[in-house]
Formats: sequence, structure tokens, C-alpha cells
Amino acid sequence: MNIPLLYSLSGLARTIHIWLAGLISNEMLLLTTEMVIMGISLIAFLVLLCFFLGYMERRVAAFMEIRLGPNRVGPKGTLQIVADTVKLLLKEGLTPDLSDKFLFNLAPLIVVITSMLVIAPIAFAKDFQLWDINIGVLYVSSVSSIAVIGILMAGWASNNKYSLLGAMRSGAQIVSYELSVGLSLISIVILSGSLSLSDIVYSQSNGWWIFKGHIPIIISFVIFVVASTAEINRAPFDMAEADQELTGGFNTEYAGMKFAMFLLSEYINLFVVSAIAATIFLGGWMPFHIGGWESFNHIMDYIPSFFWFMGKTFFIIFIIMWFRWTFPRLRVDQLLSLEWKYLLPISMVNTILITVMAIMGWHF
Amino acid sequence: MRSLIAEDYVTPEGEFVINMGPQHPSTHGVLHLKLWLNGETVNKVEPHLGYIHRSIEKMSENLSYRNFIFATSRMDYLAAHINNEACALTVEKGLGIEAPPRAKYVRTIISELTRLSSHQLWWGCTGLDLGAVTPFFYAFREREAIMEIMEETCGARLTQNYMVPGGLMVDIHPNFQKRVKEVLTLIKKNFNEYDEILTGNVIFENRTKEVGYLSKEDAISYGVTGPTARASGVSCDIRKWFPYSAYDQVQFNEILDTGGDCYARYMVRMHEMRESVSIIEQLIDNIPEGDYQTKTKAVLKLPKGEFYQRVETPRGELGVYIVSDGAASPYRIKYRSPGFSNLSALPVMAKGGKIGDLVAIMATIDLVIPDIDR
Repeated sequence: MNIPLLYSLSGLARTIHIWLAGLISNEMLLLTTEMVIMGISLIAFLVLLCFFLGYMERRVAAFMEIRLGPNRVGPKGTLQIVADTVKLLLKEGLTPDLSDKFLFNLAPLIVVITSMLVIAPIAFAKDFQLWDINIGVLYVSSVSSIAVIGILMAGWASNNKYSLLGAMRSGAQIVSYELSVGLSLISIVILSGSLSLSDIVYSQSNGWWIFKGHIPIIISFVIFVVASTAEINRAPFDMAEADQELTGGFNTEYAGMKFAMFLLSEYINLFVVSAIAATIFLGGWMPFHIGGWESFNHIMDYIPSFFWFMGKTFFIIFIIMWFRWTFPRLRVDQLLSLEWKYLLPISMVNTILITVMAIMGWHF
Repeated sequence: MRSLIAEDYVTPEGEFVINMGPQHPSTHGVLHLKLWLNGETVNKVEPHLGYIHRSIEKMSENLSYRNFIFATSRMDYLAAHINNEACALTVEKGLGIEAPPRAKYVRTIISELTRLSSHQLWWGCTGLDLGAVTPFFYAFREREAIMEIMEETCGARLTQNYMVPGGLMVDIHPNFQKRVKEVLTLIKKNFNEYDEILTGNVIFENRTKEVGYLSKEDAISYGVTGPTARASGVSCDIRKWFPYSAYDQVQFNEILDTGGDCYARYMVRMHEMRESVSIIEQLIDNIPEGDYQTKTKAVLKLPKGEFYQRVETPRGELGVYIVSDGAASPYRIKYRSPGFSNLSALPVMAKGGKIGDLVAIMATIDLVIPDIDR
């Protein structure tokens, strides 16, 4: 299918590549330079993204809580989050006296690095992907589960009873909800027949999976959103932090930039799970099409694919924020029974249904 | 480097020991709970007090009968007016005088407004303790409107002093009736929002139903009063049993529930707010004209003897016990504060629950620490 694009990120990337190839003749050096540029721009993008998500969260919260939110620093309060970052940078990076100092300082890095790694196979725009790996879905679900090690490490090394309880809760929670997330991902893998995220996006060129896959896919979409909210430790599943019970859980003892690392990884994770949900259920960067409405479809094609991707992602981010600011927190045993007694059996049955659907060709 | 002592963490029986408080977000002040945990399950709770002891009772022995009342605003700071009213009523009992009808009506209206504002704060904090932040702001919207009335009436927003022996300190503001009616309209309109955001929520029901059960027998034997006891089926509303001020002239129901769990306590308070609105509505248009204060001597001296008066605060029964030797200040004073007895039932309710349940129980008992520890 030919999708005309007025301006595309892949075109930009190609232009930069051609320009650099003209400057640098050595093949090895060219590759290294490009990787360094890519890494720097990715980190810059993620930091800016987290600034925006932090601002968005405050405004969404304020909107739900009949108050104004940040509106003093900068236009409409947009620079408030920059001021907060400066504050966190200037704070002393305290390490408690009786903590395991090596693990204590290592834990935030593990958490933030794993969440950054998961960005790699995500297709941000048409043909614009850092790493088009053929096992993208498997890569995402396996790398993202490393984060639990960082959280357990933080809880243990802090030498704080509340941190330890929070870390243990988090361990139980993430390991449980991985299963449901995995099964929801598998449902799309079965239908599209590929583990590569770019192939999954292309398989939706004639309609997003959430529309093509009937009710079973809608069920697995809902399960994915719920389970991944739990997996990234956000309310109403923020057992690991649970301010009112555990005074902050695993990050109680962290201050300054070490704490900011956890915050950064929380927002990156929020973006990643929303991006994955948008990619596999809502068509990634594919524009919205209605069969037969040629002129409508043509207008939709003129919106750059990057904006389609971001729009869908932020739609899911908004839903997850909506959860956070309107729901009370579950109790830890209810959290686990929700997964093991409801979500997991439902997704198992659902997977079988989808397999039958795929074999019989009952989807569009 | 200091070495770790194993007993600080784990008892010989394998229980994990945690000190919850005195600085903890959900103990609502400087309450210190020592917890013995088996994993997440609470085996034993031991409340420790004394972090905010100001010896108000001892201090009062050196204050005159006019002055000691003001210290009680610092006890249950969410119901300062009702504390003051209890003391004023006790002194009036000793002097053998009564407040004029106008003062009685205004006292009742102010008490019910206080109850509303206290329950609203409780509702917001309950949401907060269970992890829902938004209800807090909804609750404060209405509470703020009530606080503005208080500010206009007596000049203070939190530690108000308005009830004095003999009646009221000053007459009500000309705007009083109009503004109270406006607030009642606002509150009645917004009750639905309260129910939508918290009461009907499935997570909230799971967190509170069949959690922190307190049987009727336990409630009586621990001396639990107020909404906490009424949720266990104990009829103990002082306003009904021993009417004071203008409570004998209004129609209202004593809210009773037999659930005994956190949800029952929650529902009792939610219904009580509606009853308070109804009480104020019955009185606000009928405030009699006349004096707002009975004439009293410059220096009050109670006759030799013992005097006791109880009132219903938002948390339960507040008793004021004064022993007088005929001097200008009390010989001995004792407050029977509702929070202290209610807290004593916490270990029974929390045993066998999870840490999250303990937080829910503390929220629904509605603890105010300066009231427990005077």
C-alpha cells in the first residue's frame, strides 16, 4: 500500500546519513558516529518526553482535581518541571549509612537503563526505527522484566523495612502481571504471524487489529492496558510505592538524581507500554482509514506518521493517568488474586479463541 | 560502621517488627504504632502515645473558668466549636444558668456545621489513605465554604473560640443565615459527586467491606463511641440520649448500621452528613431573636462539687468532668475524649488483616491525634 508522506522522519534520517557519508569515508567511523548521534538524540528525546509527561501528569491531575496545576514558572507553567529538575540535580545524592552502597547506587541505573533499552525496537514513524529486530515483541517483554531486579535491589540495599516490603510486593506483582502482558502480546503475534514490531504495524495497513480482531482482541487490549499499568507500578497498582502504607516503598531512601532516575524510568516505562499498545493494537504509525471513504482516507494520509503514532500513544497515556487520579489503590492480596484468578484465566481462554480465529480465518 | 541487631528486625518467632509512625503519612499525626508482621499480615498492633502531650488538663487547673475553654480548641482541632460547647455547658451547669434560646440555636447550627466540615475532611483523608488523591480536593471545596462562614462568625478558621459560658462570644454576622443556606445548597448538590468518585467504586468496596470487623460486644467493652460504635450497632448518639442545646427541638435520625466493618463506618458517616444538613435546615430559619449571652459575673466561681457534661463530637462522646473546690479555677479537670477509646479498639480490628487494611481501619475510625493525647 502506498502511503504518501509530505515530510517523514525516515527521509530526515536518510539525508543525515548521506551527508555524513560524504564527510566520513571510513565505514567503521561512520557507523560509530551515527550510533553516537543516535544515542544522544534518543536520550535528549527521552528527557524532553519525560519533561512533557511530568507536565502532562500534573495538568491532568489538576484537571481531575478541580485545581489549576503548575502555572507560574514559564508560560502556562511549562518550565516548572525544568525548575524541579534543577532542584533534584542540586540536591545531595545521599547514601544511607547502613545501606549496601554499591547495590544502592547501582539500582537506579539498572532501572533506568532497562526502560531505555526497550525503546529500541519501537517504530516511531514510517520506516523510522532504531533497531528493526525480527523478535521485537520477545525482546520488549524480556528486557522490560529486568527492571524488577533493579527494584528488588533498591529495596534490599536501602536497609529500610518499608523499602524491603515495597520491593517484595513489587517483585510478586511484576512477575505475576508479566504473564498477562505476554499472553496479550501473543494474541497479536498469532494473528499477524510475526514477532517483528514493524511487520505487526504493516499487517495493520488494511485496518487496526482492534477493529479487525473482533471482541477477543478488544479483551486482550483491555487486559494489556490493565496488566501493563500494574507492571509499571502505577496507581491503582502502585503497591511498591504505596505512600500511605509504605511511605514510598523501594524509593523511600533515595534523594536527588538517584530518585530522579526512578522517576525518569517510571515515565519512560509509561511511554513504552503505551507505545507498544499503540503499535500492536492501534496500528502504530498507520493512519486511520475507513473502507470506501477515499477522500477521507487521503486526508488522513497527509497527517505525518509520527503524529499518528504519538497521538495514539498519548491517548493511552491519558487513560493510564486517568486511572491513577480516580481509583483507590488495591490491597496486595487483591492485586495478586486479580491477576491469578481473573486476568490470567481470561487471557488463556482468549488466546485459545484467537488461535481458533486465526486458523479459521475469522478475522478481516 | 554500626552493626545491625537482628532483634530490631525479626522476633525469635519470625515476626517482622515495624514502627509505623510517629512520622507516617497515614497515622494522621504523631501516632506511633508498633507492628508485628508475618509477611504482609498484621499479627499484633501496639499504639504508643505521648508524642503530642501538652497536659491541657493540668494546665486548666491554673486557668480561670473563662480561659480554660480556649485550650480545648487545640484538642480535637477539627471540632473546636464542639469542644468549647462541652466546656461551656459544664460551667453553665455548675453556675446553674442556661444560655438564651438564640445562643442555643446558633450553638446547634455551628456544631452541625463543624460536624459537616469534620466529616468532609475525614472523607477526603479516607480516600487519600486508600490511595485515591482526588476525593481530598472535592472534600476541601465544601469544607472551604464552611471555613469561610466560621471565619466570618468568630474570626478563626481552625482553632475557633466562639462558645463561652453563658452563650456566645459575639452575635452572629448579618450574612450568617444567607451564607449557611448557600453552603447547604452546594453540599447537597455535591453529595452525588462524593458517591460517584468513592462510594460506588469497586476497588473501594473491596478495600473496605469485611475489613476491620468490630463486634457490638467489643465496641461496648472498649468504650467505643460515635460513628465507629454506631456502625457496630451500638446506639450511642448523645444528641438523642442526652439532648443539649437545641437538639431536643429538631427531628433527626440516629444512623445505625450492623456491619461493623470499614464500609459500615464509612456509610454511617456519609449518612450523618445528610442528617446534619437536615438539622441545620430545620434551625436556620427559626433562630429566635433576643440576647446571645446570659449576663454572668466578671469572675466565675463554681460551687464546691463535681460536674459532668457530655456532647457528641464528630468522633464520638466527649465528656468534661470538673471538680471544683469553690475557687476561680477548677480543682481538677478530666476530658473523656472519644479518640482515645476508639483507638483502644484498633488492635482488635487490625489483627489478622494486611497493612493496607490497617490503614483503612485507621482512616475509618477517624483518628485525631491531639484529641487522643491531650
